[in-house]
Amino acid sequence: MLQLAVAVVAAEAVDSVVDTQPVIEVQHAIKQYGVGEASIFALDDVSLTIAAGEYVAIMGPSGSGKSTLMNILGALDIMTSGKYFLDGIEISSMDENHLSIVRGRKIGFIFQSFNLIPRTSALANVELPMAYQGVKGAERRERAMVALEVVGLGDRVHHEPTELSGGQQQRVAVARALATRPALLLADEPTGALDTKSTNDLLDLFDQINAAGRTVIVITHEHDVAQRAKRIIRMRDGKIVSDELNKERVA
Amino acid sequence: MSILEIVRFAIRGLFINRLRTALTMLGIMIGVASVIILLAVGNGSSKAIQSSLDRLGTNSLQVNSGARGFGGRRGGASATIRKPLTILDATALMDPIQAPDIKQVAPIANVNAACVIGTNTITPSTFVGTWPSYFEASNTQVLKGSYFTNDDVTQGRNVAVIGNTVATTLFGTDNPVGQTIRCGGIPFTIIGTTEVKGSTGFLDGDSLVVIPLTSAENSITGYQPLSSILVEAKSPTATTPAQTEITNILDARHGIKGNASADFSIFNQASLLTTSATSSQTFTTLLGAVAAISLLVGGIGITNIMLVTVVERTREIGIRKAIGAPKGAILSQFLIEATILSLFGGAFGVLLGILGSHFTISGTKPILVPASIFIAFGVSALIGVFFGGYPASRAASLRPIEALRHE
Repeated sequence: MLQLAVAVVAAEAVDSVVDTQPVIEVQHAIKQYGVGEASIFALDDVSLTIAAGEYVAIMGPSGSGKSTLMNILGALDIMTSGKYFLDGIEISSMDENHLSIVRGRKIGFIFQSFNLIPRTSALANVELPMAYQGVKGAERRERAMVALEVVGLGDRVHHEPTELSGGQQQRVAVARALATRPALLLADEPTGALDTKSTNDLLDLFDQINAAGRTVIVITHEHDVAQRAKRIIRMRDGKIVSDELNKERVA
Repeated sequence: MSILEIVRFAIRGLFINRLRTALTMLGIMIGVASVIILLAVGNGSSKAIQSSLDRLGTNSLQVNSGARGFGGRRGGASATIRKPLTILDATALMDPIQAPDIKQVAPIANVNAACVIGTNTITPSTFVGTWPSYFEASNTQVLKGSYFTNDDVTQGRNVAVIGNTVATTLFGTDNPVGQTIRCGGIPFTIIGTTEVKGSTGFLDGDSLVVIPLTSAENSITGYQPLSSILVEAKSPTATTPAQTEITNILDARHGIKGNASADFSIFNQASLLTTSATSSQTFTTLLGAVAAISLLVGGIGITNIMLVTVVERTREIGIRKAIGAPKGAILSQFLIEATILSLFGGAFGVLLGILGSHFTISGTKPILVPASIFIAFGVSALIGVFFGGYPASRAASLRPIEALRHE
């Protein structure tokens, strides 16, 4: 059953992504806070291309600019200068209202603190982004059920966040991210609040999702987590200091 | 994103904190209910004044002996000789040339006597000897039996028309018409009972006995000056010219010239009541203003609670925006929450207002103003949009990264 569901999600992913086009293309991104002498460059001329189907880890200590990069890649924030193409669309010049539509359609977020809507069932949480996109009730429910099956929570769809463990909540968040069939799965310290077993389960899930063809970007400072990715980008002081394939995984 | 969906989100949002939702609604509910009830009280009191105005006969003027009383003329010099009011004064007022605005005149002799039958006694608060014109001029209508006639006056027949209070005190539920009572020791045959008038202020309008002027003078009071003359003008607007005509005629008859103060006074009941109707309108306006303020306070309550809600749910708003909620969806959700608060508060307020208007409040029977229900409800709905607008736009313009960082 799980295998079948994953296959369905994989097939959808292949349909929606044109192979030749990069999912992410960032050119000379600069993010500056403050002005004059006191100004800080959180991103200092970062250029980055990520192709469809990649599994990328972005690493770095706190203050390295990885969270800023994640916010910009996730269309949650805008850069001071530079260009950003997401799935072929230039979004660096969009206003917040258009950005919200882009986020809903192109990006599936997974946060460290899960960020589920409180007092709302797992199913309703997974349906929510589709509701904002105007997907009709029946189709929405079906897609949400499939996504919850994929993450292994088919039997807990009516539980509210407080009735689920941390690992389960994070899997609801993954289901929510998957259900919209995004071009990109963007995870910000997804294992930061999880125990070892849940962490491994989640990373296994990421492997499956990536194996099914979906692009995955994980922002983390944990070495173990980064080692599961196929490409590792290291950042320091707002710059990319290394960008290499993970030899253990890309054999 | 359908509007129905957003309404569902809004309702769910309101259910999260039921107590707070209920208390916020209570604010609007009290505002709306007080608008409805207070306007009904104001309306009720002006209706009450209006109906006593109608009962009195708006066309009537009363001429009293002496310069005292409401509407009396006050001059610099005092009157040299005080002349009493007489039947001749009354007949002089019936001159159609000098007094074209006067329809009819009724001389009145007040009688101070108790009426008795068997062991039942009553001293009527109004006991007058007069002419048949009194009934029309004072807007007194006979319900059972008949009025007395000019012939009864000429012949000095001992007949009486009595009010409801007198009838029930003396006869209980029996029909008094045709019975004989003794007033001041003299037997009077009751020929009619009047329609119930109700009380005007502290005076019971139904504690009334009316007898022919001649029989009052012949058998009880003796021949004395008149207590007053009741004058009926041709129309409500004719009361003011009629008052001038009365003044001119009586000034001439009583020899009052220039600034000398009159020895009579004219009591214009209509103008008195018009004054109180005006003050009742002012009263209604004040009540309405107080109620409107309480509605406004309820509206501010909504703003307050919605602002708290937005702060409390900042993170949730951030999540919603991160997963693709457009600005409009967030704006609508919070606007709808505020509107639901005010609409339901308003609806309960209307119910409470209608309910509350059934009780007598400080002696006034409230009468619902139908328009006030729609206005109060409509305003409360607008209040939701107006007072919910600011918190909603704050929610909608939150930046997602900041909202997500909020703890």
